[in-house]
Amino acid sequence: MRRLARLWRRSIQVRVVVSTVALATVFITATTWAVAVDVIESVDSSRRTAAIQQTRLALAEGQSELNDPRAVGSTAEGRVLQEMVDSVSNVPGGPYDLIVEGPLNRKDVPIRTSVPLSADAVPTALRRTVTSRSGTFSRINSVARSTSSKPSRVLVVGGRLQAPGTGNWYAFYYLFSLAEQDRIIALVRQAGFLGGFASVFMMSAISFIVSRQVIRPVRAARRIAEQYAQGDLSQRMPPRGDDDIGRLNESFNVMATNLQGQITRLEQLAVLQQRFVSDVSHELRTPLTTVQMAGGLLYEARDRFDPATARSAELLKTELDRFELLLIDLMDLSRFDAGAARLEVEQVDLVEVATEFAADVALANVEVSIIGADKPAIVEADRRRVERILRNLVTNAAKYSQASRVEFEIDQLNDRVSFVFRDFGIGLNPSDAEHVFDRFWRADQARTEGGTGLGLAISREDALLHGGSLRVYSRVGEGTEFVLTLPRRPFAGPDEGDFRPALKPMFA
Amino acid sequence: MTYRSKYDKVLIVDDDRALGEMLSLVLDGEGWTTRVVRTGDQVLPAFLDFKPDVVLLDWMLPGMDGVSVCRQIRSTSGVPIIMLTARSDTRDIVTGLEAGADDYITKPFKNVELIARIRARLRRTDHLEEALEFGDIVLDPVGHSVTRAGQPLELTPLEFDLLACLLRSPHEAFTREKLLERVWGYHHHGDTRLVNVHMARLRSKIEDDADNPSVIRTVRGIGYQAVIPD
Repeated sequence: MRRLARLWRRSIQVRVVVSTVALATVFITATTWAVAVDVIESVDSSRRTAAIQQTRLALAEGQSELNDPRAVGSTAEGRVLQEMVDSVSNVPGGPYDLIVEGPLNRKDVPIRTSVPLSADAVPTALRRTVTSRSGTFSRINSVARSTSSKPSRVLVVGGRLQAPGTGNWYAFYYLFSLAEQDRIIALVRQAGFLGGFASVFMMSAISFIVSRQVIRPVRAARRIAEQYAQGDLSQRMPPRGDDDIGRLNESFNVMATNLQGQITRLEQLAVLQQRFVSDVSHELRTPLTTVQMAGGLLYEARDRFDPATARSAELLKTELDRFELLLIDLMDLSRFDAGAARLEVEQVDLVEVATEFAADVALANVEVSIIGADKPAIVEADRRRVERILRNLVTNAAKYSQASRVEFEIDQLNDRVSFVFRDFGIGLNPSDAEHVFDRFWRADQARTEGGTGLGLAISREDALLHGGSLRVYSRVGEGTEFVLTLPRRPFAGPDEGDFRPALKPMFA
Repeated sequence: MTYRSKYDKVLIVDDDRALGEMLSLVLDGEGWTTRVVRTGDQVLPAFLDFKPDVVLLDWMLPGMDGVSVCRQIRSTSGVPIIMLTARSDTRDIVTGLEAGADDYITKPFKNVELIARIRARLRRTDHLEEALEFGDIVLDPVGHSVTRAGQPLELTPLEFDLLACLLRSPHEAFTREKLLERVWGYHHHGDTRLVNVHMARLRSKIEDDADNPSVIRTVRGIGYQAVIPD
């Protein structure tokens, strides 16, 4: 069932064919039905005209026999009527059967029939009309010719006659067989059924072939578009004349060429930027090294300086360190921006990393606990980057949250591992939490000492580079939680929106 | 510090005048003797004349690049080479290590860091007093020479240290981190590629089949161990 639903959803052809079959069935059934009804009606009505004609003649003849002077008197009347009925029965396979009812004024109306027929052979409504009015009336009824045979359609035409002698009214009912008409109707029905069936079948076949003609180039185009989307920018649609598909292919090719051009341009730009960053990095690093070394030398000799110079040497050293950190962070960020950052993947046990870091944190008089460290949490990741993320988070917590207790939690799913870094410090208000990953953003704008303001931005980039995510959850007064989620193996996947943590955050 | 008088000459190869001067100031301050060379083509003559105990080699040089200089030095000597690189670019570092550099240090660096790196390379396995025999391999600490089945093997001091470290505790599995600490003097977070590259080169010299090592085995998930050959 699910497979059928899937087929319906995925294949235009299936939808076209199925809807064609459904609509064709409805339409053809309706028209065939209408035609059949029409044919049946006209067949019946010509038979009726003829039957009424015959009935009128027979009635006229009957009237003349009743008018005969020899038929005067109720006994004679009865004899004449019986003769009339008998004359019908004496012609087996004659055009009709006859029922004569009357005299009608009797309480128990005597009935004469040319063949044995049940009383309900004459429809009640017809009997009511015939007995009350002059003229001929007809109605179709279903009558069994004998008790054993099946009822078949019969046209009953009736009229009444008055015997002039006694003034008695007699009702005459002539029963005309409609077997011939039924045969024609059956033929028409059969023809309609077969024709309808054939039409439906044909239309399905046509819709199948036509949709296939349309779908095939569309499918071919889809395959090419998919290959293009997967990065094979040289893919182009085959030329295909001037029809709609052909024009679609042409438009696609124009679009593809434009895109390819843009992408190539962007790639070249990225390469240029990468080279620039690399050059700047190199050009800055050499003088910075000299300055660093000189600063270090001065710093070590500061005891021999006067207080102002000694303090200057100290400031020189600390600010040089800061400058260096800033340069390194900026270089890292521009490498991310240029798409030049590369992972050096190895097997990393996050539990092991957490344990190592817990020792570092514990040194700073902060209580650390690790949850979920009972089994290893192996991911393929860039150890340097993972450690950098943790280092940044630890530094961050120590600096801003005034937390005396932090918690590491490791949660694993099949395809991902979440590493939670949780402090129970002052927390972040929601507007701050939005900005923690912004470059150069600081929780307290007044406090600028220490750190580059780039740590969390870089950490987030590091997480994204793995195809993972780094998110923050915080409540003012309760604490802050950074959740690093890494896939078991890195992939250039969708953005972090799709990569949820392996657990429900405590401060969410 | 007796060995300092024995090994104390540092050849500085750097095209940046200021950095070269600064380097020699700092290293002189440590009591070492330095000479500064500013272009690649001056390196070999200076090397032959000065006979340094360690070479500090800037990777970006005018005239001749670091790789070529490195190869040139290696063709005549196993002297420890520490490259100075301005890039943390992996490829550069691996190329440098494969060209024969023993260690590297990324600019900008601190004086203490630089001194520690140089000291680690100047320090020799002097405390190895007696010759170490290991199957058909013999390590002679005095002559700093190694023979296998009587045939002398040309090992650089670093390769000698690496081999000695493993052979001294046969069958002990050394992690890369431990080797980085013992041989390179890193106390934390050394670059494990240093071990990988040099282990490959050491194997190519001592093993019969480097792809199928019988002396130094790889212990999956841990590191390396020396096993006595059959």
